[in-house]
Amino acid sequence: MNTLQMAIADGMTITRRNVLKIKRAPDLLGGVIILPIVFVLLFAYVFGSMMALPGMSYQEYMIPGIFVQTIVTSAQITGYTLTQDLQKGIFDRFRTLPMSPSAVLTGQTSSDVLMNVSSIVAMALVGLVVGWRIHSGPLQAVLGFLLLLLFSYAFSWVTATVALALRKPEVFNNIATIVSMPLVFLSNAFVDSTRLPGPLQVVAEWNPVSTVVQAARELFGNTNTAMPAPSAWPLQHAVPATLLWSALLLVVFVPLSIRLYKRAVSQ
Amino acid sequence: MPPAITAEGLVKKYGDVVALDGLDLSVPQGTVFGLLGPNGAGKTTSVRILTTLLKPDSGRATVAGFDVVADAHRLRAHIGASGQYAAVDDHLTGAENLEMVGRLYHLGVKRSRQRARELLERFGLAEAADRPVQGYSGGMRRRLDLAGALVADPPVLFLDEPTTGLDPRARAGLWDVISELVADGTTVLLTTQYLEEADRLAKTIAVVDHGRVIALGSADELKDQVGGDRIELTVTSAADLDVVRRTLAPLSVGEMRVDAVALQLTIPVSDGAASLTKALGHLAAERVAVRDAGLRRPTLDEVFLNLTGHQAGELTTTKEPTR
Repeated sequence: MNTLQMAIADGMTITRRNVLKIKRAPDLLGGVIILPIVFVLLFAYVFGSMMALPGMSYQEYMIPGIFVQTIVTSAQITGYTLTQDLQKGIFDRFRTLPMSPSAVLTGQTSSDVLMNVSSIVAMALVGLVVGWRIHSGPLQAVLGFLLLLLFSYAFSWVTATVALALRKPEVFNNIATIVSMPLVFLSNAFVDSTRLPGPLQVVAEWNPVSTVVQAARELFGNTNTAMPAPSAWPLQHAVPATLLWSALLLVVFVPLSIRLYKRAVSQ
Repeated sequence: MPPAITAEGLVKKYGDVVALDGLDLSVPQGTVFGLLGPNGAGKTTSVRILTTLLKPDSGRATVAGFDVVADAHRLRAHIGASGQYAAVDDHLTGAENLEMVGRLYHLGVKRSRQRARELLERFGLAEAADRPVQGYSGGMRRRLDLAGALVADPPVLFLDEPTTGLDPRARAGLWDVISELVADGTTVLLTTQYLEEADRLAKTIAVVDHGRVIALGSADELKDQVGGDRIELTVTSAADLDVVRRTLAPLSVGEMRVDAVALQLTIPVSDGAASLTKALGHLAAERVAVRDAGLRRPTLDEVFLNLTGHQAGELTTTKEPTR
């Protein structure tokens, strides 16, 4: 076996382990499905009855936002499970095995993609129930889902890095919540960012979450020409900007988290 | 045959704390080598360096002929390690845990599965094989962890305090397994705080304190360093302790130890059984009632006390960072 074959084979072994873990600990999956469902229902019916958007229903507007919120939430679970593994001896075992050093993280992030597939499917179904529809073609819709998964994969590496830097499950959870809430809510996920006051609007429009949400809206056809057009470059070119964001996150955080992993387990 | 494990002048510091201060080791193939010492003596740090989890600040070490730093990756195919914290996955079943380890040793899917079943059988876990580890007892986890270290049938095995926290029966069971492995030619490096464990299993014992080896030899050799046999006497009344001490002082060749609570005296003597007979004769003449009397070899506890000035497990010297 060469290095690459080994990295792939070992990565798959770890993915398999994580999928089994998710299967055995349904509370993990519950966290990334039940919470967004509650959000969908609350937002669709509470905010939805208050917010009038020009030319479209609030339900159609918010579901792409829910997809991205789900991605951010489940990435948090990635980080949490990593910090828990760090507290136990299992990483010591891995490190004494002749396995690829990157496999623990590639396996973790790959199983996250699988988890995200199931939660995005669940959100899409709930979305259909509350009135969300895809108005674009099948190809564009598939591209929309693939783009969401690509971003979720890249974002997993970010939380993996943060988790390996913080190392303690409680600390990670606190920080992740403090960061992810504004990340999701200071964006166009649930409100029209063009109507935010000056500085908040700038932050929201350059927030990568907004870019991904905008890209999903475009690809699912959940936009309307009557909506005010955003002025920021990433929102005007949302699909390429999402690709750029994903590539940037991967380039920075894949090597960084592998380095942190090696450091974290060799103390 | 070249030694299975060598270490020369290993040094490891955590900030100002010196965990290892020039540790040397040489472990012949097919033997059990015991690293004995109190908490924080440097045992775990040594094992972490030898199993490639940690890089030494200076010094060098080889395991199965591979350098622990330069050849770390190739070395890992030849070792198995089982630590103080059972390295098993709670949500996976026993079988899944071992299969995963087999795959990561690159044994292939079929061989990994087969090996998992063999080991579960051998460690008495066949019935629990398909249950998640979450429901296992502490002893079962330890056995599964040890099984994990054996998946690839490694020639060198590292066991870091393998029986800490186990009940006596589980401990005896693990000892039997370790003895069997060594009979089959495996080299074992074992760390322990239990003198009894080192005594029972290890052919050679290195006593470690403050990150250095302070004594090396077989259990018998170490005991000989402390001197010969001891008479151990228990009397029935505290008033007799002084009488015994006075009466037997001429027989003692070292420091007599008196335990006023247990009413027990330990007297180092030079000529074994003859001394015991003499002692009992003197005490009968003084009309001291003796509840129990015996002759025994020094324990490793006494060896440790003699070498370090403190009792094993009683004093923590330099504190190793906890993770």
